[in-house]
Parts: sequence; C-alpha cells; structure tokens
Amino acid sequence: MPEKYHIKTEPVPPRRPRIGKFGVVDWREDCARCHNCVKKVCVYNRYRDEAEYIRSLKSVDALYFDCMGCFSCIQNCTKGLLGLSVNPVFEGLGNSYWTPQIIQTTWMQAETAKIPVSGAGYKGPHAGPGFDSMWTDMSEIVRPTRDGIHGREYISTAVDIGRKPSHLSFDDGQLVGDDSPLICLQMPLIFDLPSPVHALPDLEPVLVETAARTDLIALVDSARWPVDGIDLERHLPHVGFYLNPSAPELPGELLSQTRFVEIPDGEDAIARVQEIKQQHPHLVVAIRVALDGQGVKRAIELSSCDGIEVIHTAADLNGNEIGAKDPRFIKDMIRDIHTALIDNGKRDEITLICGGGIALPEHMAKAVICGADLISVNLPLLIAMECRLCSSCDKSMTCPAELEDIDLTYGVGRTTNLVAAWHDQLIELMGAMGMREARRLRGDVGRAMFFEDLEEESFGTLFGTRK
Amino acid sequence: MARCSAQENSLKEILPENTLRTRVAQTQVSREVRPAPGRYRNEIAKYIIRRNDDCIRCGKCVELCPRGVHVDKPGYKYFAEPKLDRCIGPACEKTDHYCVAQCPQSALRMVENPMMKVLGDCRWPADMILATWKMAETGDVPAEEFGLEHECGATGGGFDRLRFKFPDKPPVKLSPDEIDTSIELNKRDDGRPRITIDVPWYGGGMSFGSVSNVTQLSKARAAVAWNTFTCTGEGGYMERMRPFDDHVITQVATGLFGVREETIQRVPIVEFKYAQGAKPGLGGHLLGDKNTIAVSRMREAVLGISLFSPFPFHSVYSIEDHMKHLDWIKHLNPRALLSTKVSTPTDVDMVAVGSYAAGTHIVHIDGGYGGTGAAPDIAKKNIAMPIEYAIGRVHRFLEAEGARDKVTLIASGGIRVAQDMAKAIALGADGVVVGTSELVALGCVRCSRCESGRGCPRGIATTDAVLATKMDIEWGTQRLINLYNAWYKELVEILMRFGMRSVKELRGRTDLLMHLDYSNDVKAKS
Repeated sequence: MPEKYHIKTEPVPPRRPRIGKFGVVDWREDCARCHNCVKKVCVYNRYRDEAEYIRSLKSVDALYFDCMGCFSCIQNCTKGLLGLSVNPVFEGLGNSYWTPQIIQTTWMQAETAKIPVSGAGYKGPHAGPGFDSMWTDMSEIVRPTRDGIHGREYISTAVDIGRKPSHLSFDDGQLVGDDSPLICLQMPLIFDLPSPVHALPDLEPVLVETAARTDLIALVDSARWPVDGIDLERHLPHVGFYLNPSAPELPGELLSQTRFVEIPDGEDAIARVQEIKQQHPHLVVAIRVALDGQGVKRAIELSSCDGIEVIHTAADLNGNEIGAKDPRFIKDMIRDIHTALIDNGKRDEITLICGGGIALPEHMAKAVICGADLISVNLPLLIAMECRLCSSCDKSMTCPAELEDIDLTYGVGRTTNLVAAWHDQLIELMGAMGMREARRLRGDVGRAMFFEDLEEESFGTLFGTRK
Repeated sequence: MARCSAQENSLKEILPENTLRTRVAQTQVSREVRPAPGRYRNEIAKYIIRRNDDCIRCGKCVELCPRGVHVDKPGYKYFAEPKLDRCIGPACEKTDHYCVAQCPQSALRMVENPMMKVLGDCRWPADMILATWKMAETGDVPAEEFGLEHECGATGGGFDRLRFKFPDKPPVKLSPDEIDTSIELNKRDDGRPRITIDVPWYGGGMSFGSVSNVTQLSKARAAVAWNTFTCTGEGGYMERMRPFDDHVITQVATGLFGVREETIQRVPIVEFKYAQGAKPGLGGHLLGDKNTIAVSRMREAVLGISLFSPFPFHSVYSIEDHMKHLDWIKHLNPRALLSTKVSTPTDVDMVAVGSYAAGTHIVHIDGGYGGTGAAPDIAKKNIAMPIEYAIGRVHRFLEAEGARDKVTLIASGGIRVAQDMAKAIALGADGVVVGTSELVALGCVRCSRCESGRGCPRGIATTDAVLATKMDIEWGTQRLINLYNAWYKELVEILMRFGMRSVKELRGRTDLLMHLDYSNDVKAKS
C-alpha cells in the first residue's frame, strides 16, 4: 500500500490572549473576606492564571477571558458576589455566518491540531440554513477498514484534479489516447486566493509553505509573484497560479515547474485554456467561475465545451450566490452543477472545485457529498492565524490579531494544524459512513440526509404542508 | 456481602450455578418523594431581588413573602443572601405579598437574572434546566407562576415544534390511580421473563469513567425505587452495583471493557451497543485523564491512556453475525432479555427489523443529538438523523413487517423532559431512555467540560476522587427519585387529558400531535 498520509503537527499557542466565551463578573466591594474564597478552588485554576496574566501585561490591551463556565465559584461564593456573563468580545467575533463558535473552534484546532471534543451532547439548533440542513449517514455494520479508522489500513482522502478519460484505448497492447495530466491531492482541499474584502498583508509565503508541508496546492495570484522566501523546487509543485490578466505573464520556465493554473472566466476563456494547454500540456487548467446569478448556468455551459477539465466555482464568503437578492446557497448550487454534469455525461471528465462559505470540516465533506470533487478555502486559514474577521483591515485600521507581523513558523504551524484537524475530522465522518475512499464520496447523496426530505417523509404525511 | 436466600428459588432453574452462588441480597429503595434542595450555597434563579442601602431592615419583606425568599437571621447585622430560587418573579406583582411594591423604603428591585443568558443552550434553555432542578428538588412540576418554560426547548425543530392536541375536556374522566404507566419489555413469546417496568423510561448507559461511581449508584438506586432500569454503559460493572443487579442493564459494547461472562449472568437485560447518538459511527471515547486507577482496573486497560472503542463490532458483518452475538448472550444467561442499541442512519428501519429478526427483545434507537459523554463536536452535530425522524420511520416499518407487537421500541437521544417522552411515544416508541436529564437533575449546568482533565467540576461526570465527593449517594438518589416522580405526574396528566388508561394506548397516536410548522390539515388517522 502507498504510504499513509500523515501531517506532522505540534502545538502552536496563540500570540494574543485567548478570547473565551465566558467571563466572571466580580463585585469585590461587598466581599466578606471570609477566607473561603472559591477562587482558590477553581478546578481550572483560572483565577490564578488570570492574576499571572495581569502581572505579565505590558499594556492593558486585552482582558483575560478563559473561564470554563461551570458556575462552581458563582454558586459557592459566601456572599454571592460573582456572576457569569458572556464575554462581549467573544460575541463580537465574526459575523452571522462566521459565528464566534466557528472562530473559536478554528482557533482551537489551529493551536492543537486536535479534533474538538466536548461532553454533554449537542447544544445547537435542530437544523439550520445551508450546510446545517443536512446530516451525514453512518453505518451500523459496514466498516471502512478492518482495524478501525486509525488502524494499519487507512481511509484515503485523496482526490484527483484533471480530466479522467471515459474509457481506455489500446493499440497493439499499448495504451493510447487521452494523456491529460492528473494531479492527486491528499485531501479534497486547496487554498484559495485571499479574500478580496480583507486587505491582508502578504500571507503567500505562509500558505505556500503550508501547502508544501501538507502536500496540497495554494493558489497564488500571478500579480503577487514572486513570493518571498520561495524555494522553487520544493514549493512550485504546490503552487497553483491564478493567471491574472492584468499582471505580467509568468515566465514559461516557472509554469513548467508547477502543476496547476487557474484563469478567470471570460469570453476568451476556452481559447485561453487551449492556448495554455498547447504551450504547457503538463498543466491542469481551471476556469474560475463566480457563482453569481449566471454562475451555475455558466459552469454547466463551460463543462460541455471540449477541452475544459476543471471548473472552480466561487460563491461569496458566506457561501451565497453573489449579488443575488434571494441568494441560493453553495450546497444547492453544487448539486445543480453536479447533476447537470451527470446528465450531460461529463461528470468524470470535469473536476469541480467549489469555494465560498466553507467554514468547518463538515462543510468540506458535505460539499463533496453534494457533488464537488474538492473545495477551496481562504478565511479558515486566516482565522487560524487569529484573525477575528473584524474587517478592521478593510477600514485601514490596526489589525487586532497583528497579522501584519506574522511570523512564518507561527503561521505555517497554525495553518498546518488546522489542515491536520480537518483531515482527521473528514476521516471521522468517512469512518462513520463506512467509506474508505474520498473519491467515492463525491455526489453520493445517499450518504447524507437532507432536512427537507426528512421533514417530508417524517412529518409531511402526518401534518400536511410545511409552511 | 450477604448471600441472598429468599426470592431466588424461581431463578434457580434459569440462573447458572456460579451466578446464584455469588448473587447478593438486593437492596430496596423507597419511592417516597422528599425535599432534596440544591447542594450549592447560591442557587441560580431566574429573578434577582436587589436590596439597596435604603433598607432599614424593618423585616416587612420577610413577613410578606410566603415562600421565604428573604432571610433575616437573628444576630446578624444584615439580611442573609435571599433564597432567590423560591422567588416567582413578575407573577408575584399581582399578589398582595409583592415585596418590591410593599417595601416602605422602596429599597427592593426585581430584575431578571442576567446569568439566564449564560446558562444553558437552545436544546436545554435556562428555564428547562431550572425547571428540572425544581423537579429534582420537589418531586413535582414547577408551578406555572415560576414562569419556567419546561415543556419545550428552543431548537426550532423536532420535539420543540410538536404539540399535543388536547381535547377541551377529557373524553373519560379518570383519576391518577386508574392510569397505568407501565410497559412490558419482552413482547416475544420465547419463554424468557416478561419484565415490566413501572414507567416508560429507564436510565441510559453512562460508564464508570464517564461518570462517577456516586452518579452510577444514584441512578441505580432510583431505578430500584421506580422499578425500572439503569445501564452500566461500556465501562464494566462496579461491584458496588451488585445489590441492584435486578435493575441493571449491562452493556456489551465494541471495546468489551470489563465484560465478563459473570457480569452478563448477573442481570435481567443485556444491551449490545452497536452505536450511540453522541457519536454515531464512532466508538466510545474516554480521554486519558479520566482513565484513573479505578477505571483502568475495571476496564482492564492501561492506566492513563485514552480509550477509544473500535467501531463497529469487528465480529459482526451481517444480521446473521448479530444473531450469533445474541445467541451467545442467550446461552450465557437464560433469563436475560436482549437489547440492541443502534443509532439512526438512513436505514434505521431496516436495522431495527434486522435486529428483531436476529432475536432481540428491545430495539433501542439513539438519535444523533443525544449523549452525555465525550464526543467529537463534528459527530454530535452532523452524523445520523435526529431521533424525532427515526421513531416514526422504525415504528411504521416494524408494523409493515408484522413485527411491531413482538418487539419493544425504545427511543433516546434528545429526550429532555416528560413532554418529549410522551411525544416520542405518540410518534411510535414504547418507551424512552434518559441520560442528560438525570445529570441535570444532579446539578449539571451543561458546561460540556465532562470529557477531559479531572472531569466535571460539579462532581457528576468525573472519576477524580476529590471532585466525586461533591455529591453524596443519598442526595443523588433522592434527586432522581423526585425527578422521576415529576415526570410520572406529568405523564399521568397527559394521559388523563386524553382519557387514556394506559400509556400503551398513546403509542403511535400521531393523530394527537400537531406540528407548528405544518398546515396540520391531514385527516386524522388513529
């Protein structure tokens, strides 16, 4: 068997104080000085940690919020002086899609590379919009491997980018015909271009190095080339160039060392693909299609054109149709494109990369189930480096996460940890489904349950029409 | 331990000799409701009375309040901390003993406790937690004037959007004594004991390791009191559980931790855990910190390492293999009923029928939103369907296959309150399994920190010797007995309103339910 895919990780603590959910409010002036102080017996030592933190402060620019919310001190204080509140800084993280919980769990994964584990069952809503309206299946009996998901046999999360021939042809025993290049990635994930609305510092060196370490691909805008500290031989196989029409053309020798390029959609997109393929037949070429009101239609249209091998669709940052009044979510748009590709008999000839709104590892699995071959992410990588999505950068204000001073070791460590945690969680989901091959997960909606279907089957027959 | 002499004659024929030899006298526990107030100095309350410096300590508030909220201890300069959990808040405004209005100095002010926003979550809102605490304290459903919404959570779906369609008047007038809440667990005519439990629920499997021995024993004693069951979970069988053997289900899970022939022979029900709602498709998780000396000994595992049970049973590839499993237990313990615990995949109905065909007495389906122990967040939220969808699906399929009256269907995974239980039964279950509700009754605040480190800081889900002493068995037992009593009363009330003499009549009566998100115009079919 090929070597097992393994990402080497080590803990990378945050540079800034942690922003926890809870904070204890302490009305000290009424303290009885009873010497039974509940703070001393905090199981988590949080009061001592807080005191040490305050002592170590050079300037008061962040408070300490790392309470675990167990209420023990609140309920045991002799005078009932303590109260628990939600940290307003925590509540201010992110936005309605990129919730504080998503940001916090991403930070935790970027720090530890571990799968988030907690007790007390699920605490969230029954269902929700977008990816929260589907559940993945599990099998009671079928197992993916003989000795467990972390055993000697492994679950393959590898996927391919590029055209796969619909059939093999032989001439005199020799394989002939389509010899299109095929890139094998170890996870259904690539690093997308940085978010256009986050005016971020130059993070390409971090992302390219992380892509190399995780054996993935990071898209780099040709307008931002060259990247500092690049080691051409080691990094270029993990760089996917976005060939920006407004940037100078990249030298051919550079392209000859990479495997993947992407071009924007446009009237000449098909001709441009052919041109690139002619000059660099070893390259896999993707067309980036914005998922606006015409995006789905355009992606389907492109897929039926000869010579197109990869379509990279990009919804907005929240996974919605770009600029639409009543936008559809990426999950539904992926399903439409995937189904159309099947109907057109093109599904195995086209690789579908989908980006926008992929915030959690389950989104990766669910997008693949809906029909994507792989997904692209950008914001989770930023969040891994302690970005709060505050949009201060957009307003030219100081970055509270100090992203402008990012250290390569720290950035690579955090993003690598995040990728590793996502990989492990993908394996958890696939293991539960009894699947050992990510390629087979693509479009397998039988491995998922959709809210609308479950509601109709379970309640529609009993209670009529859903309002 | 004393050898048991009485009541065992009937068991002689069916219990293996070695089990009879080691069987200990079974302990009885009274079902009586007794007050079991919270064990913390400051109980969390929905409303807070603030007293300012204008107070002249005239004592009028103490005089007025029939609930004893204000406490003036003789010899003290100031009022003691008020018993705010007794305060009924705004409902008091309409009475003649509203302290805030009648304080001569206007020194009192009532506000909603800001911590209500911190406590709980949308599955278990603060109101539901406080109401469960009240039930555990008093044995009764909290009075309406407390303003604690305890029938539904705020998840926006599932049980929280289902309501009973009660008739204006009960079709038959019944008294509580006429209502039968018992269910039978063996519906097969296979010569095995016909076990009846007095209430349509039993305690879920929580291993020693995931919870403390005090928690496990409290659950067992409450099960004895209410003639129902508790389950060991997959962490082995504590010797201290032996006086409660007759009310214990022992679990055989994929890790086989602490499973011995002898433990299987002790009990009336053996549960095969194929999967669990907290982490469907994954094995049990016990993180290393909680694998203490006692836990590792019982599990026959290495101290301090994380214990991840494999998934699924590596000896089961088919229903036929499952049948061999069941036959093994049946052979080992001729008096045992067999339960098969599975989660809720797409084909949960097929799994249930397959389990029945293999010879199980109880099909236990555990929905994806349940669970009490450590689980990956990604699994809790995303894998397998919520139990509300699965119950009807399994019930109807068992009916279609002609097997419905030959197998007991038990549902779990998100059964938080008595209303959820009744709705689950109306959807098609015979009964339910409860877990989280029991932990909340014992004082859990759902902080979710039970999985690692020293475990639960409140002494419930911990194996830390010091933390476990925060709770005592008598108190824990009483809290659970009280909770069960409140649930029992609520279930009886529901049945009385429908004019039903038995909870068995409620099973599958979806015509008695409505859904707030639907047109509800489908012709009723009972």
